[in-house]
Amino acid sequence: MEYYFKTEKMSVGYQGKALIHDIEIGLHKGEILTLIGPNGAGKSTILKSIAKQLELIHGVVYLDKIELNHMSGLELSQRMAVVFTEKIKTELLTCEDVVATGRYPYTGHFGILSKGDYVIVEEAMELVHVTEIRNQDFTKISDGQRQRVMLARAICQEPEIIILDEPTSFLDVKYKLEFLSILQELRIRKGLTVIMSMHELELAERISDKILCINGEYVDRFGKPEEIFQAGYIKSLFEIETGSFDEENGSMELEPASGIADIFVIAGGGSGRSIYRKLQRERKAFRTGIIYENDLDFPVARALAAELIAAKAFEPVDKRTFEHAQKAIDSCSKVICCRRKFGSLETANKNLLEYASRSKKIVELTEQEAENGRYLLYKSRY
Amino acid sequence: MQKNRKYRYIIAFIFLAFGVVIFLSLNICIGSVSITLPDILGTMIGHESNETMERILWDIRLPRTLAVIILGGALSLAGYLLQTFFHNPIAGPFVLGISSGAKMVVALVMVFFMGRAIRISSANMILAAFVGAILSMGFVLLLSRRVKAMSMLVVSGVMIGYICSAITELVITFADDADIVNLHNWSQGSFSGMTWEHVKVMAIVVIVTFIAVFLLSKPLSAYQLGEVYAQNMGINIRYLQVCLVLLSSILSASIVAFAGPISFVGIATPHLVKKLLGTTKPILMIPACYLGGSVFCLFCDLLARTILAPTELSISTVTAIFGAPVVLWVMATHRKERTI
Repeated sequence: MEYYFKTEKMSVGYQGKALIHDIEIGLHKGEILTLIGPNGAGKSTILKSIAKQLELIHGVVYLDKIELNHMSGLELSQRMAVVFTEKIKTELLTCEDVVATGRYPYTGHFGILSKGDYVIVEEAMELVHVTEIRNQDFTKISDGQRQRVMLARAICQEPEIIILDEPTSFLDVKYKLEFLSILQELRIRKGLTVIMSMHELELAERISDKILCINGEYVDRFGKPEEIFQAGYIKSLFEIETGSFDEENGSMELEPASGIADIFVIAGGGSGRSIYRKLQRERKAFRTGIIYENDLDFPVARALAAELIAAKAFEPVDKRTFEHAQKAIDSCSKVICCRRKFGSLETANKNLLEYASRSKKIVELTEQEAENGRYLLYKSRY
Repeated sequence: MQKNRKYRYIIAFIFLAFGVVIFLSLNICIGSVSITLPDILGTMIGHESNETMERILWDIRLPRTLAVIILGGALSLAGYLLQTFFHNPIAGPFVLGISSGAKMVVALVMVFFMGRAIRISSANMILAAFVGAILSMGFVLLLSRRVKAMSMLVVSGVMIGYICSAITELVITFADDADIVNLHNWSQGSFSGMTWEHVKVMAIVVIVTFIAVFLLSKPLSAYQLGEVYAQNMGINIRYLQVCLVLLSSILSASIVAFAGPISFVGIATPHLVKKLLGTTKPILMIPACYLGGSVFCLFCDLLARTILAPTELSISTVTAIFGAPVVLWVMATHRKERTI
């Protein structure tokens, strides 16, 4: 199948100097492409070049088999809408006025909107929920609202392809999710093709059909999210030095505490994550076990624990792993147990707790129980 | 809400049109010789032909008043175009030095030709002023590439204005021809001495330019959102910018050629009109600005003629008194809005 949007050997940059070379993108109609990469990598430069805001240094961009440079301004405006990060300065224009400017390519010589145009403006405003602020001055709304108004403006331009530069940056979590579902709805209803840049990697992974990774002079990777989000890749793309990014779950953890790990945490089934993070905040290094590799605690433990004693999923814990854990407990002076009850297939951890108590280690209660205890103490005082 | 806004626009336009009519009548009636409305009607029909009154009415007051209407509107429109072009609320032909540049070239040309006893036609005066306006404009444009802050741009414009005015004064002082006395008056800005021939020429130039500006109202509305979005809407930005520069220069030039440089009308009236309309949509702003400029100048010219009669004040003195506070108010409120 022919690509709807295609770049061939596209080089982009400023003033004749190429920053990123030989970019090859191919998108089918209705696909969502997300550009990811560190700050200053040139995501906006690529988006601006695609939108003809910047001249290409080299190469060709095709939209629906037509070379973009051969397309008239009017035709392009009826096919492509943009939302960039530049703040627009308006004076005495209401949000509705701003949205209505999206109808510009369809109006007559004096730019007067017809009834049909107003219907489309109305629909666009409803879609992104800005109908309530339609009469407010555009300069007096929040950044998130402004972002949505600009999206409504782009939608009512009725484009086939939309270029968005960090569209989710100013949105709170509700509107982030809503924004992405609007994009999905538009691609299903109208076959909208989307090219955008984003910093929320976990969302990029979920919404995108294709991802373009930029760092340095050439495109680092281009492909489906599952091809891009392979273990360790994000850390290298963004040159992360402190903390970690878990490609499987799209979650981030801060830098683990350094020093001697004097605490052993018995966890499992997701009970340990909050303790791990609490210890990280307190800058206390710890060991933990025995965690199955498919356990909810596993990715967090892997990111934060000084030593992780893990066991293969769907198998009983073997003797060697258990002894390993015992040794780890021996080297710690304190043991925290996050499990209150052990399930019938959790005998290894149960035995581990018994071992810890036998060897007269200080066994602490879980976070929650400790909290409750303190709560009672307070209560008795008043 | 949509309906309410429509009513507001209609009321605003009626208000401005009434302003023009009322001040037009006042400007014709009030003066060293007061003429009553029945007198005017009388002379128009041809009864009771009072020679002096007819002369005052037809040769002095009517052409002058019409010139004020035509040029005042042009001045305000030029200011609006420059403010839109530079995305700068305190731009105007006077503060950017465009009026002074036009004035300088006109003065040079006048002195040169008068010295050789050649009369210059109104059209050539406009041409000379246009050359001067474009020269200053070019200089401001060059500066605007380097100077991004709007306040600095205006300061540079004021500097250019001073340089041009200094040269003009120098030329006028050294050329001691009897005709030059008029030149001094003119270089301070004045609507006096308008003839029907002047009115005819300025009417043609300004009306054609006005129509051209009005035809640009759609691309201008896109340009207001900034160049990024204007380009996305299919506008040829370079072409639009060239049009804006040329049209605002023609407007500024016509004013300077006939009435000399007039301050503050170009900056102040677009803001007053904006507040009156409650919107900045060019399709409404362009005609409203024009009417607003006419009303403002009619009002100021009336005061300039009458306050210290028989001595006439320079028009810029009056426009500054009423225009400068508006500019200060604009600067103060803009600062506030940005911090919000």
